[in-house]
Amino acid sequence: MSLDKPYTDVPGTTIFDAEMSRQGYHLNQFCMSLMKAENRARFKANERAYLDEWPMTEEQKLAVMARDLNRCIALGGNIYFLAKIGATDGKSFQQMAGSMTGMSEEDYRNMMVKGGRSVEGNRFTGEKK
Amino acid sequence: MARISASVYTSHVPAVGAALDLGKTAEPYWQPVFQGYDFSKKWLKEQKPDVIFLVYNDHANAFSLDLIPTFAIGTAAEFAVADEGWGPRPVPKVIGHPQLAGHIAQSVIQDDFDLTIVNKMDVDHGLTVPLSVMCGQPQAWPCPVIPFAVNVVQYPAPSGRRCYMLGKAIRKAIESYDEPLNVQIWGTGGMSHQLQGPRAGLINREFDTDFLDRLIADPEGLSKMPHIDYVREAGSEGIELVMWLIARGAMNDVNGGGNKPKVLHRFYHVPASNTAVGHLILENN
Repeated sequence: MSLDKPYTDVPGTTIFDAEMSRQGYHLNQFCMSLMKAENRARFKANERAYLDEWPMTEEQKLAVMARDLNRCIALGGNIYFLAKIGATDGKSFQQMAGSMTGMSEEDYRNMMVKGGRSVEGNRFTGEKK
Repeated sequence: MARISASVYTSHVPAVGAALDLGKTAEPYWQPVFQGYDFSKKWLKEQKPDVIFLVYNDHANAFSLDLIPTFAIGTAAEFAVADEGWGPRPVPKVIGHPQLAGHIAQSVIQDDFDLTIVNKMDVDHGLTVPLSVMCGQPQAWPCPVIPFAVNVVQYPAPSGRRCYMLGKAIRKAIESYDEPLNVQIWGTGGMSHQLQGPRAGLINREFDTDFLDRLIADPEGLSKMPHIDYVREAGSEGIELVMWLIARGAMNDVNGGGNKPKVLHRFYHVPASNTAVGHLILENN
């Protein structure tokens, strides 16, 4: 019997479950390595060379270099791990979260100040807004 | 004997810690957030707890994907403040209470909750931000803290029900400890927020308000809420709220004694960065 995954129809949301974790293991562990200052410096000096030290897929490496967090997540990345890339780049969590929404940094910040993204129309994939 | 006098619930948004560390608390954006804790800081000073049992989650700092414990109890004498990638927060190290922590581990495991025992662990903003909002910027934290980390990073987190029942087992353990300690239990994380994907920025004030109401009045019923409701209604990271049920499960009224707890303080504010900030203090009655 397969596992029940009731969370696959939540729009714009990827749940980091065992399957995603397996796909993203090396990507996330690479992110974890950026907690050390010397690794951050080496990564910044030559991103490609640093990434090639990890058994990540080519797609994962390209997504990291493009700072495409949505793509990273689709390839098994988890936001708390990916945040280490943002920290290396000097980005705040709000800048990182906003970068995944297609909104400008200012528009995202303003949306949050006005009470955030409404859940109405955002509960189920394909739901009318 | 040791006893639990009160439970505290609060969000642990990293930007709140950063605002405090960078001296931004008086800025119009942050002022309403910190004002929500004015009462709490004063109250905590008067209460002088002997130990805080602090339920939080690690955010890929102490635990990578190499090791993902569902429930981990910190039994060390002290815990260093983690460097999460921005450098460690300039806050005091955390002093533990190895004797009580070891006692709790032994009791709770025999009550069928298989805790992971951790003797070396750095603590991240999940633990230090609640201390900061409740204590301000002291040279040392006011008392020993037992860190209790819950996995909410890799799905599935433990169910709300499991957390609630675990709270009861922790209470039983604390109340069987010989020394007459005044213990507080804190549940942290939440409230509604989503940090990932095109739906990032989700906030659900109605859900949060209802959660606070039910946590006070009907924790038993609330504990039965399935994960998917948290994810759909409160955002993928809103699932942190299951940790509040651990603290609530340790209160007198749900353990065969005492009235409903007294609601000493209740606060809610949107936003702090990406997140709705919620805060409650419940005192045993």
